Amino acid sequence: MDATDLARWQFAITTVYHFLFVPITIGMSLIVAVFHTAWVRTHNPQWMRLAKFFGKLFLINFALGLVTGIVQEFQFGMNWSDYSRFVGDIFGAPLAIEALLAFFLESTFLGLWIFGWGRLPEKLHATTMWLVHIGTVLSAYFILAANSFMQHPVGYTYNAASGRAELTDFFAVLTNKVQLVTFPHVIFAAYMAGAGVVMGVSLWLMRREAKAAADDAQDVARTDAPMYRTATRIGAVLTLVAAVGVTITGDVQGKIMTEVQPMKMAAAEGLYESVPAGDGAPFSVLTVGSLDGSHANAIIEIPGLLSFLATGNFEGAVRGINDLKTEYAKTYGASGNPRVADVATAFVPNIPTTYWTFRLMIGLGIVTALIAIAVLWLTRKGRTPTARWLAYAAVAAPLLPVFANSFGWIFTEVGRQPWLVFGLMTTANGVSPSVSMGEVITSMVVFTLLYGALAVVEIKLFLHYVRKGAEPFEEPQDPADRDEDAPLVFAY
Amino acid sequence: MDLATFWFIVLGVLWTGYLVLEGFDFGVGMLMPVLGGKRYAADAADAEKRRRVLLNTIGPVWDGNEVWVLTAGGATFAAFPHWYATLFSGFYLPLLLILVALIVRNLGFEYRHKRPEARWKARWDLAIFWGSLVPALLWGVALTNIVRGVPIDANKEYTGNLFTLLNPAGLLGGLVFVTLFLTHGAIFVALKTDGKIRHEARQVAERVGVVAAVLAVALLLWLGLTDGKLASWVTTVVAAAALLGALAANRVGREGWAFIGTAVTIAMAVATYFLVLFPNVMPSSTNPDWNLTIANASSTDYTLKVMTIVALIFTPIVLMYQGWTYWVFRKRLTVKHIPEDAPRETVSR
Repeated sequence: MDATDLARWQFAITTVYHFLFVPITIGMSLIVAVFHTAWVRTHNPQWMRLAKFFGKLFLINFALGLVTGIVQEFQFGMNWSDYSRFVGDIFGAPLAIEALLAFFLESTFLGLWIFGWGRLPEKLHATTMWLVHIGTVLSAYFILAANSFMQHPVGYTYNAASGRAELTDFFAVLTNKVQLVTFPHVIFAAYMAGAGVVMGVSLWLMRREAKAAADDAQDVARTDAPMYRTATRIGAVLTLVAAVGVTITGDVQGKIMTEVQPMKMAAAEGLYESVPAGDGAPFSVLTVGSLDGSHANAIIEIPGLLSFLATGNFEGAVRGINDLKTEYAKTYGASGNPRVADVATAFVPNIPTTYWTFRLMIGLGIVTALIAIAVLWLTRKGRTPTARWLAYAAVAAPLLPVFANSFGWIFTEVGRQPWLVFGLMTTANGVSPSVSMGEVITSMVVFTLLYGALAVVEIKLFLHYVRKGAEPFEEPQDPADRDEDAPLVFAY
Repeated sequence: MDLATFWFIVLGVLWTGYLVLEGFDFGVGMLMPVLGGKRYAADAADAEKRRRVLLNTIGPVWDGNEVWVLTAGGATFAAFPHWYATLFSGFYLPLLLILVALIVRNLGFEYRHKRPEARWKARWDLAIFWGSLVPALLWGVALTNIVRGVPIDANKEYTGNLFTLLNPAGLLGGLVFVTLFLTHGAIFVALKTDGKIRHEARQVAERVGVVAAVLAVALLLWLGLTDGKLASWVTTVVAAAALLGALAANRVGREGWAFIGTAVTIAMAVATYFLVLFPNVMPSSTNPDWNLTIANASSTDYTLKVMTIVALIFTPIVLMYQGWTYWVFRKRLTVKHIPEDAPRETVSR
């Protein structure tokens, strides 16, 4: 293991960790905004209780997403300084604009939302959460534009004199065709994660309330079960809508990926030999044996599906790893680009990783959608079911879509390897030359331990607040005529 | 003036915004064990209330304040990629410490009140204190070293280590930041609270302020006598006058003026740093030919143009809504405003 491997591991650990919280933040900010708006519109107490309850859970999650995000911005310069020098012209701009447009919006209006109870007029107060949500979505747009440049560089020129890539068309970077499909894919996936949390938490609480009522021979309608049932169903509906969005955008994304990064598509299937048009490349659901092309045995195969995913035609031609390897070596290996010099052996990513993460991403997404369908069916017409397996479904509902998000990113980033910027710079060439092994090991150990400890704290706190459930309804103060000496409605 | 110079000034403005705003957040964090400690509090319950008053003075705004440094980081990346690359890879361990400190401090703000147990709160109090002290100190060390010059080779790579930065000037810079932020934070508390704590905050400001003034003048003279320019001498004098004015205003109970005074001091100190730095962005102490300058570290004109347009449109909007937040939360806080802790929860059902 060398400094590059360590820097990659650190980036992987910190980024995957950061992105556990990000999709939940994006998705939950939308749902809390919806609950809060429903309260302002109807003044039905259940909406305010839900807005405050999920708002609290949202904040516990947001805090960790925020602090781990600071690490991300610093890390490019700390561990990837040669990369930063090479693409700073292009990559830095969306990052700076993300801070200016998105981070300020999110953090300022979240402060207003948290402390605004009883101080802001109610319509304005609900608006602040919408602005937080818009901030999270804008943030996603700019960072994904930066990432899409790494997948498919556009709007730049290579300046041989300075040895740097230089921006020529910022609009092209923002409307990169990879970006235009990645952005909705990621946002829908984030909505699945946020909706999964709301569905899972509400389902668990609904079941608890309904069961307790049944045990005490009370009327379920007089408990909080109906309120949680409503929230469960809202979560389930959003999960399904988002799942459809993820599927459609993912399908388009697959085709664009086949066009701009054919190796990644071949790696997703572990397809070594090209399949000519007319034959139809199958998609294997499960494989036993090695994935190195020698004796992989697919045990469940769907004929023609890979061709369809890659080309939109069940009989379309799909190029395999072996052909692409030769082609990449010819195109890039002999290009004289000094930033490709280290790729003497292969242009092939780690196949087992791409193969399994691709399947896990899709598979976990499908299971999440199935849970949502089952939940919608079981809670139809005012039902508040208490079956034991629903408790497990409630735990799975938030976790599966979040992990599907992680696997999607691991797939797309590992699948790009050995490139850091596709066709321009390999990962090994981007690492900081002045940072020692000792320094990287130090930071990796520190981050891993700190992040691990914080995960324990976060999860315990989150579960504590889930168990407490929604607070009883309190008539809100009117900011116009409140007592100036009264205690704050919300305080640190 | 070319665009690269314009962005050098923008970075000065961003750092000013960060240090003026987050400066009092750091100050309040460092003052937690002082103004919320045994010295001033009647008993443990009083100390707890006072700590919560302190935290609530910055509660709605600290997060927005912190974004200034993220914007400064992003703008450095975009406008001066070489500066960003050399600085962030070179100052690796101090930045790691700053990151860890900010992480635990921010979580302290958000998580401290989420459970009633004394042990839980005591732990996050430590996180908030150290998470405020460490970045205040290390930003001072880092920025002072940038201005003074650090070993950089012909390939724009930093060749020193952590201990290279812990030189007398760097450490003095760190102490100046800490004492200045303590003064600034204490005056902010006096401005945002009422009752006993307000007067005690003013006492603290008075005492720390004198130390800050002595150290800051020593540091700025040191910087000025080595690399001073006429303009940087002017900002040095204004910084010193503003700090003395702040302390005088604090003494007579004019907290608003005192706060403006410390804010101007910090702004002028940053201006002095940037004026001394100009036209370099990161001078090399190894060989002046290897200096990172505005010209050789910047992005292309096109990138700078794009960034300029975006900044000119959105910066006023950001300033407006951030300023509005301060207006919304303009009321002074006292211990009366702190709601009772929820009793130790028994999980309902």
